[in-house]
Amino acid sequence: MPTVKNLEDLKRIREEALEKRKVKTAEGKAQVIVAMGTCGIAAGAREAMKAILAVIEEEGLTDIVVSQTGCIGLCEREPIVQVVVGDQAKVTYGKVNPEMARRIVKEHVVGGKVIADHVIPM
Amino acid sequence: MKYYRTHVLVCMDPQCRRKGAREVVQALQAELAANGLTEEVQVLETSRIGGCDEGPELMVYPEGVHYANLTPDDMAYIVEEHLLKGRIAKKFLMEATTAADEELRAPTPKEIRIVLRNCGQIDPQNIEDYIAEEGYMALAKVLSSMSPDDVISEVLKSGLRGRGGAGFPTGRKWALARDVVGEEKYIICNADEGDPGAFMNRRVLEGDPHSVVEGMIIAAYAIGATRGYIYCRAEYPIAVSTLRIAIDQAREMGFLGENIFDTGWSFDLEVRMGAGAFVCGEETALMSSIEGKRGEPRPRPPFPAQRGLWGKPTNINNVETYANVPQIILRGAEWYASMGTEKSKGTKTFALAGDVRRTGLIEVPLGITLREIVYDVGGGIKDDKTFKAVQTGGPMGGCIPVEYLDMPVDYESLAKVGSIMGSGGMIVMDDETCMVDIARFFMEFTQDESCGKCTPCRVGTRRILEILQRICNGEGRDGDIETLEMLCAEIKADSLCGLGQGAPNPVESTLKFFRQEYEAHIYEKRCPAKVCRALIRYEILPESCTGCTVCARNCPVNAITGERRQPHFIDPDTCIRCGICMQVCNFNAIVIR
Repeated sequence: MPTVKNLEDLKRIREEALEKRKVKTAEGKAQVIVAMGTCGIAAGAREAMKAILAVIEEEGLTDIVVSQTGCIGLCEREPIVQVVVGDQAKVTYGKVNPEMARRIVKEHVVGGKVIADHVIPM
Repeated sequence: MKYYRTHVLVCMDPQCRRKGAREVVQALQAELAANGLTEEVQVLETSRIGGCDEGPELMVYPEGVHYANLTPDDMAYIVEEHLLKGRIAKKFLMEATTAADEELRAPTPKEIRIVLRNCGQIDPQNIEDYIAEEGYMALAKVLSSMSPDDVISEVLKSGLRGRGGAGFPTGRKWALARDVVGEEKYIICNADEGDPGAFMNRRVLEGDPHSVVEGMIIAAYAIGATRGYIYCRAEYPIAVSTLRIAIDQAREMGFLGENIFDTGWSFDLEVRMGAGAFVCGEETALMSSIEGKRGEPRPRPPFPAQRGLWGKPTNINNVETYANVPQIILRGAEWYASMGTEKSKGTKTFALAGDVRRTGLIEVPLGITLREIVYDVGGGIKDDKTFKAVQTGGPMGGCIPVEYLDMPVDYESLAKVGSIMGSGGMIVMDDETCMVDIARFFMEFTQDESCGKCTPCRVGTRRILEILQRICNGEGRDGDIETLEMLCAEIKADSLCGLGQGAPNPVESTLKFFRQEYEAHIYEKRCPAKVCRALIRYEILPESCTGCTVCARNCPVNAITGERRQPHFIDPDTCIRCGICMQVCNFNAIVIR
């Protein structure tokens, strides 16, 4: 543990502690779920995931939780990305290439507009 | 800022390091690199995830999954399954085992939580969690911008009074200890919470130990102490171990030890355990116990501020008093003084017990009425019964009847009706409570805990108890009430310490407010609340009894006779008044007379 010798030290440690707590209580406003089963990875889910993370970082977005899930039984439509914004119903997108992934984050998660022609009706 | 989708927190406490936490982290980093996840998953080193017994361990967020008992070889599996594919690796999973908190519920609108603000909210074994809640900020403020006199005048202005029960202004106490010239001064935290049913201090020590530690360091700086002791009763093992962890962490971070904050001032703390004597909550007995002597009080003056621990100037405060200090420093004396009454400022924690719907710990601003505590905070009397009395301040407190329900709760008002603030026990009683029996119960406790050093307390409490036992057994005599009154006055006036001086309070207050109950016991041989066994009789109502025989079959002494389908009869001479027949009767045919 670091030693505290003055107010600045303490403030720095407090910032770090708050950061760690934010991690622990991450309940983002929006959730992006990438299907990461073997089928998904084979179809390019990793690339979609990387694109999503890249765009969040570039735009400096906050309050977004990115997580994974397994095969949801629609292997032919992989890579699949699901989006939950607030208490709205979950929206499932199929055939998500990196470019599509970026659009999902920008237009749906940030813009609030569902990209209708890529949605898999569930 | 770099965005990570997943954060892995690894416990890096010494115990986990010994079990190989470092190697686990290295393996984890290597696996992340191999799977190309280093840009997506962040590994953070932290302390205290589970408690180190099951280490090495890690937590994965945002899912909040806890893995324990890990080896470096397990990392490949966890990384591929969980961090890559998002499937929780069940074989390493630790299920969270947090039970519902019966002691401390969500605050009701009438409550203000200052002392209890962090309890149940932060991890008490993690100093970072406390720091995140502005922990040690008050200490930093004191050491970087306040002189000891500034600190004392701030505490004085806040109006904070001793929360151990006596209510001496904390700032004045500190000033007394500061003014005494002495090379070595001590500071003590009285954590010998022994009142039956009281657990306010335990909860603070277990839930937010750093607030007490910080308060003590500030007090030590104010009076110029170099060493401190927390005297905690041995019956609180969890409090003792959390305190020790907190002290170690504070020392490691430089809040305790040599040259704190480069001020040249040094201070250290240690925990001492009590051996179970109630009287050691009395300050002079407590100091004598720390010194390794028999825990007996001594006359004051000299007060601890003049001649305390090992004859040196000493400041003693209660757990709750110290826990208030950091908040007063941080948020200002005016803020603190804005709560409470003219003479009693701030908030007070109480352990609300007895016949109320919501029992447990509460923290309310002083000056709140008893009615608000019982009905708004406590939710009213259980089973829709009637309020009879409330006993405040532990075994040395008095019973306050319904007439005073709208009385404000502060030091002076409680003293006026013959009770005390005490450390904060509050027992609510409904109309099925016998006040003579209650007085006997508390007298049994104080008589048992009397240390025996001074005669009024040693012999006097015994005599009172004998008379009360006689009255409860139906052998009360004319003149008993007067003898009790005389004994109470004598013991109060002549005892050496607070235990003896307070011991008659339950008897005196019940004599004052519930005299007719004593009279009913003595002259009519009747217990109005139907509690005292020698004075009650169980009877079967012939018109309600169906002769089902269930009472006769359950009676442990075969006191019930009767033919099947015929009304039964209880023989009062054989009956031991256990009440089982009443519990098992399905037709409410059994009554107490």
